[in-house]
Amino acid sequence: MSIATLGAILMLGVIGLSVGQKSSTALAQEKPSTVEVKVDNFSFGPASLTVAVGTTVTWTNRDDIPHTVVSTDDAKTFKSKVLDTDQSFSFTFSKAGTYPYFCSIHPKMTGKVIVQ
Amino acid sequence: MFEKKNDQLLHDHNHDGIDRRGFLKCMAWAGTGAFCIMQGGILKSYSLSRLSQMDKGGMKGELSFVQISDSHMGFNKPANPDVAATLKAAVDKINALPTTPEFMLHTGDISHLSKPEEFDAVNQILKSAKPQDVFYVPGEHDVLNDDGKQFLERYGKGSKGSGWYSFDKKGVHFIGLVNVMNLKAGGLGTLGHDQLEWLEDDVKPLKSSTPIVVFAHIPLWSVYPEWGWGTEDSAQALAYLKKFGSVTVLNGHIHQTLQKVEGKVTFHTAASTAFPQPQPGKADSPGPLKVPAEQLRSVLGITDVNYVQGQQALAVMDSTLS
Repeated sequence: MSIATLGAILMLGVIGLSVGQKSSTALAQEKPSTVEVKVDNFSFGPASLTVAVGTTVTWTNRDDIPHTVVSTDDAKTFKSKVLDTDQSFSFTFSKAGTYPYFCSIHPKMTGKVIVQ
Repeated sequence: MFEKKNDQLLHDHNHDGIDRRGFLKCMAWAGTGAFCIMQGGILKSYSLSRLSQMDKGGMKGELSFVQISDSHMGFNKPANPDVAATLKAAVDKINALPTTPEFMLHTGDISHLSKPEEFDAVNQILKSAKPQDVFYVPGEHDVLNDDGKQFLERYGKGSKGSGWYSFDKKGVHFIGLVNVMNLKAGGLGTLGHDQLEWLEDDVKPLKSSTPIVVFAHIPLWSVYPEWGWGTEDSAQALAYLKKFGSVTVLNGHIHQTLQKVEGKVTFHTAASTAFPQPQPGKADSPGPLKVPAEQLRSVLGITDVNYVQGQQALAVMDSTLS
């Protein structure tokens, strides 16, 4: 069996493990996870979220008004398109840090993700 | 329905009909059916039932225009599943006014999601309005995804920056301001340095007797900061307008009529033609307020403004769609 084939089998094994989860990670990772943030009533819930490195956070708009998710750190790490009701935006946090964000349409709506 | 008794000025010391002693508030909340009319500086409020009962003579003047706001074309949730129909009703109301307005001001949130078909739909509906000239300023819903490029292409001819401009009609100076760009986290509406500089230069050569009308989307006074209902740097803008004897500020954004007089400045916010929002603090959030279907049109509306030369203040009158 060639190295390539061995690698392919390993890949399949890992993919098999992560079936059913939204994830874009590849080999040699822990089981990746997704955390939900509910956007409703002009607020992010939870407003402050702590997750592990590698976590994907998915914001889903349950409000009857559109919102956006825009990070306010210097690097402007993430920026969603406009999310109408029931639309989602996901971002995978690959670096530790604190990521404050807000809704650019309704700037009083703020939240943060702490990645450890 | 809320019936407000006659509520006139009490302190007219300069005999020009303007109360300079303090604030004169005339609140007309959505759904109350109350409205305020200010003619020659005298502020009166009535409960509104039918427009035809109004003193038509009192509504004439040298200049007449209409403010509409927050059409949110594209919104289709329970608070109003058919915003096109209510915008059409607003146009019918405008066309039925005893004096045909010369033009219209749209104080923003023309569209709901900045989609081209939404802007197109509004343009189509407004084609049947008697006043064909419409002057726009953007709401935050009009500048999504593209930093306002589409808004400028459609409505920004002759404007500066993100769409501010001024023009004159019959001796009244109109100023359209943009306070929905570059909003900062946790902040309110903002005008920004460039626009403020432009404003200062724009009004400098004007005589203090020139009546001024400023229109912008987010209120230029602090209605309810907790909900973002205010503009961070509006005080600077108002400082540049201090010398004028008559300033009328027309805003939208809050989807209810509200009026305040502060010295020589009258602040007015218009109802939406799409859906109402709660009074400040009366709900968890400022989202669309659902009312029984048969009441919807009574909480949406238009604003008719009349200017009589020689009078200090413009007459601002709100009316609902039903």
